[in-house]
Amino acid sequence: MSEAAANQASESYLSSGWRIRDWLLTTDHKRVAWLYTISITAFFFLGGLAALVIRLELMTPDGDVVSADAYNQLFTIHGVVMVWFFLIPSIPNTLGNFLLPLMVGAKDLAFPKLNLISWYIYTVGGLFTIAAVITSGVDTGWTFYTPYSTQFADRAVVAALTGVFVVGFSSIATGINFIVTTHKMRAPGLTWFRLPLFVWANYATSLVMVLATPVLSATLILLILERMMGIGIFDPALGGDPILFQHLFWFYSHPAVYIMILPGMGVVSELITCFSRKTVFGYHGMALSILAISVFGFLVWGHHMFVSGQSLYAGLMFSLFSFFVALPSAIKTFNWTATLYKGKLIFSAVMIYALSFVGLFTIGGFTGIFLASLAVDVHVHDTYFVVAHFHYIMVGSMVTAYIGGLHFWWPKMTGRMYPELWAKVAALALFIGFNLTFFPQYLMGYAGMPRRYQTYPEDFQILHVMSSLGAGVLAIGYLLPLVYLLWSLRWGKRAPPNPWRAAGLEWRTDSPPPKHNFLEPQTVTGPPYDYDTIDNK
Amino acid sequence: MTTTPSTTSKAVPDEQFDDLTQQRQAVLMGMWIFLATELMLFGGIFTAFTVYRFAYPDVFAEAATHLDLKLGTLNTVLLVTSSLFMALAERAVNAERRRLTLTFLLVTISIGVIFLGIKGYEWHHEYTEKLMPILGLEFIYPGANPDRAEMFFNFYYVLTGLHAVHMSMGLVMLTVLVVFTMRWRDPPRLGRQIQINGLYWAFVDVVWVFIFTTQYLLRA
Ligand code: HEM
Ligand SMILES: [Cu+2]
Repeated sequence: MSEAAANQASESYLSSGWRIRDWLLTTDHKRVAWLYTISITAFFFLGGLAALVIRLELMTPDGDVVSADAYNQLFTIHGVVMVWFFLIPSIPNTLGNFLLPLMVGAKDLAFPKLNLISWYIYTVGGLFTIAAVITSGVDTGWTFYTPYSTQFADRAVVAALTGVFVVGFSSIATGINFIVTTHKMRAPGLTWFRLPLFVWANYATSLVMVLATPVLSATLILLILERMMGIGIFDPALGGDPILFQHLFWFYSHPAVYIMILPGMGVVSELITCFSRKTVFGYHGMALSILAISVFGFLVWGHHMFVSGQSLYAGLMFSLFSFFVALPSAIKTFNWTATLYKGKLIFSAVMIYALSFVGLFTIGGFTGIFLASLAVDVHVHDTYFVVAHFHYIMVGSMVTAYIGGLHFWWPKMTGRMYPELWAKVAALALFIGFNLTFFPQYLMGYAGMPRRYQTYPEDFQILHVMSSLGAGVLAIGYLLPLVYLLWSLRWGKRAPPNPWRAAGLEWRTDSPPPKHNFLEPQTVTGPPYDYDTIDNK
Repeated sequence: MTTTPSTTSKAVPDEQFDDLTQQRQAVLMGMWIFLATELMLFGGIFTAFTVYRFAYPDVFAEAATHLDLKLGTLNTVLLVTSSLFMALAERAVNAERRRLTLTFLLVTISIGVIFLGIKGYEWHHEYTEKLMPILGLEFIYPGANPDRAEMFFNFYYVLTGLHAVHMSMGLVMLTVLVVFTMRWRDPPRLGRQIQINGLYWAFVDVVWVFIFTTQYLLRA
């Protein structure tokens, strides 16, 4: 290699090219990761804004901030944006996109163009849906239940459905890309059981994306056709069954909740080992339980339908399987704590995020078991108890993991360090604000407060006010990182290649990495998370 | 899944790959996974169909007799034949026989177009028989339980329509391949492209066989 060529190759991916097309037409997985990061951040704060108005409204028992219709539209916007446009792409398409090739020692994903196209599909579909939902009155909630969506709701629901349908293709594209990359592009010596758990998690997530998303696509097509062309598949007047919609919907959407947590589990596994300076406890169990969750996840959708009128025997089976799916989740939780045990813990901001994840996931998972118990669910179904359950998992765990991961890999992605003290403040604000927001929701749900209501009896007001105040604290926890992370881009200290002395191929290259990730081809000779060796060097 | 022809020298893999074998395997695997997603897509709709087929067995079996079995059979034969030519095209390109590849591709396309023509004729026929309950069109069903029968036709149009969309996408891709074959810049690469498109075409074929069985053949 001539010297000029060598210089060019070692130039960081960030310094090569800052024309608009260098970004909008890039096929570099690291740049596409940034495109995604920008999009999902915008969606996150949009969805968050809707949530804040909802919480404001719920400060008082009467409907006094917005109209009843507007309230319904608000929780629809919130749910649609957060689930479809934030959580599903969140970790896989940002951190996953950036890290997967680095972690397997590849130059890029297997299909870089497809990766870029997926971002366009996602962004255009997302914006289209938002426009449809905001300019009209879609008020179905994120679940689009029939017959409401097909026969009564505002016609703009078709536009919203189309947008979600389109975004599905970006999930599928990502899934295909990740699976093929993991199978075919690992560095020499990087056997399956030497892969970082983050890779395992994204791999399992991709399996779910690839196998479940198309069923959602089919379901959405049927809804759209019913609404647009009168091809009634769920229409009771033709002998159709609206409950069939729920079956198809949850066949996707239960596995999809694992799309919304597995990547978080992957992130946290990386963070905890690094800041315990110990190898992951029970690595094989961790990897296999990720796979087990993604497989069992396909067998439990009926636990969303215990009171829908599905057969009692079906309910029993779904209840049982839901307990089974909690087993691998529990294995993971025990293994995280066992990793901490006798570790040399470092309470950095990243570690606070990781520990928050474990605690909040435990609570969310436990209450999942309550809900999976047939008899208990009859009582708490469609109450705030359910709302609290899934927010503990999707927000308390997944969003926390995402932000924690963003901090952990920030030096790698940007070449800059963030201010540790502010990060600690933000992490604590998040933990406190989150619990204040959502723990009261368990209590009020158990006491009978139904979800999706704008007004409520006065008895619930104290709990609702606590929850709303908590949401304020939580918002600070989310806004702070936005500020200081952006600040660090310019004023942060320059990051060395491996600021945390972490294991993993991604730390062997520069921060930020060169365009093709590594200057020399990488080989792997030992197990992952070999912290003993690293620390004794 | 890249379909752009390479203009650079021949035996070089795309920049993310180490060598051509890796690239070939990756692309093939990508296509297989994509087909798995397609399977799940149609699978969802077939599942819904199965539910109603069991719920209303007699009405559905009776409704199926209103479809044109002869044309359906003809179309099945045509599509299977087209898959044969697609497979031949793959052979031809691997043997670096440009004209032959071109011929086989064009035959495949022609059969595909004829298939869609026949399908369109069938739909038109059903339309004139007032068996097309779409967009508020009148649905006049001569047998018992017209509402349940309407459900059957709803599935028929969803499945055949979705299949026709897939056929059309396949035809577009085949047309692109025809252009590539005429240019003949990088035959090994073209061979890979024809191979993965052939997989897709075969899949569309298999889906049709399922549609044919469940819609036309399960009749009273
Ligand atoms: C530990 C295993 C889990 C079990 C046993 C479980 C169980 C349940 C059950 C039974 C329900 C239905 C409650 C009802 O509607 O009455 C439910 C709702 C829900 N769960 Fe979980 N869950 C688990 C983990 C998760 C995870 C990991 C997520 C997301 C990342 C999640 C997200 C949700 C959501 C979004 C809903 C409500 C959907 C809606 O109606 O809008 N759950 N869960
Ligand atoms: Cu579920």
